Amino acid sequence: MLTRRIIACLDVTAGRVVKGVQFVGLRDAGDPAELAERHVQGGADEIVFLDITATHEGRDTLLNAVQRTAERIFVPLTVGGGIRALEDAARVFDAGADKISLNSAAITQPKLIEEIGARFGAQAVVVAIDARRALPNQTERVASELAEVYINGGRKATGKRVLDWAREAEQRGGGEILLTSMDADGTRNGFDCELTAAVSQAVQIPVIASGGAGTVNHFVDVFTRGHADAALAASIFHYGMMDARALKEQLAARGLSMRLPC
Amino acid sequence: MIAVVDYRAGNLTSVCKALRALGCEPLVTADPDALRTAEKIILPGVGHFAATERLFQSGLAAAIQQRVAEGALFLGICVGLQWIFSGSTEAPTVPGLNVFPEQCERFPDSVKCPHVGWNSLDVIRPSRLLRGLAPATHVYFTHSYRAPTIHATVAVTNYAGEFSSVVEDKNWMAVQFHPEKSGAAGLKILQNFLELPAC
Repeated sequence: MLTRRIIACLDVTAGRVVKGVQFVGLRDAGDPAELAERHVQGGADEIVFLDITATHEGRDTLLNAVQRTAERIFVPLTVGGGIRALEDAARVFDAGADKISLNSAAITQPKLIEEIGARFGAQAVVVAIDARRALPNQTERVASELAEVYINGGRKATGKRVLDWAREAEQRGGGEILLTSMDADGTRNGFDCELTAAVSQAVQIPVIASGGAGTVNHFVDVFTRGHADAALAASIFHYGMMDARALKEQLAARGLSMRLPC
Repeated sequence: MIAVVDYRAGNLTSVCKALRALGCEPLVTADPDALRTAEKIILPGVGHFAATERLFQSGLAAAIQQRVAEGALFLGICVGLQWIFSGSTEAPTVPGLNVFPEQCERFPDSVKCPHVGWNSLDVIRPSRLLRGLAPATHVYFTHSYRAPTIHATVAVTNYAGEFSSVVEDKNWMAVQFHPEKSGAAGLKILQNFLELPAC
């Protein structure tokens, strides 16, 4: 049976792993390659690096980290942040990434999804969507339908609805959707299950839920109510609150299919 | 010598890194002549079935076929498995190598597609590649098309029904998943292939 994936995410800037709370207030958490290996040993099914500054100098540092990581871990590695052209993607793949994730550039140049997919395969293109609910006091269903896509690290509203953009990303050949709830991100108060479910039902490609993980119950919720195919978390793994293996054992005990032993 | 065939599709880096971690330095080549001395040939593949057209155009297909007939061992990965079937509905006009006459087809609409993630191997026949693996081992898949279960199938995986996840028939071996991305289990499978006696 296909298992639900637990993905450890490392936000990287200037070659160091950091984790922000609602995209600001960054705290330093270590070397990307070292932490990635520790997460894999801890049972994570996949690793995601998000280059959250993506400056020119930061770029080479990141590629170096990707290279060092890919020599040590043998599970899927996704790299996102600052990929604006086919050549950027090619450099990341050459360094050893298996997938790239496109966020702002997918909105500003949607053809990039097709171009990278044609060269490296659709399965290698993850479309990352940063989503924010329009108004806090709407009913759950309306809030999901009206949720808006943000780009540039959550700083710029696009006017696009999340569900429409998810469908378009799929039509353009995206292999997976990485859906981050900006409202939930960093709060450890739980995933946005309604929005995740709405996106998961709108598309036929896998949906990775992100933002808000804090407890085992949050993962149970996002895999059941949220219909997520995978769940991504950062802080609960970094600060030693729990490793992926312990999380997966508890999720398996709650009836969810997990890769165990791992 | 272990050759990794480069047909300018997808990403060879991961396969090579996994082989190096096992102490094997592969020859990555797009040259049919370079295959003439290969003891083992690995055909990785991610992406579209149509990309395999280059294997015929470049003479690589003929070189692979000849070398395997002479006794070299072949390992196809992902599209590399699908290619040794007769073809795929993904690119109906592009022929496969036809080692196995069956055709690959897309997953039905009843499930999410691509099939992405860790799924289990159900071993149905003794297997050289899977020697020493625990029952129901999980490995990493990412694909939208699948090969049917045939006489050469040694392991199946269930996703909207069973498909061939590992096939072995004499010198032809192939896996639908990515051993280079399947953690310790995947490295063990690659090591099993590396350790098989060459011709």
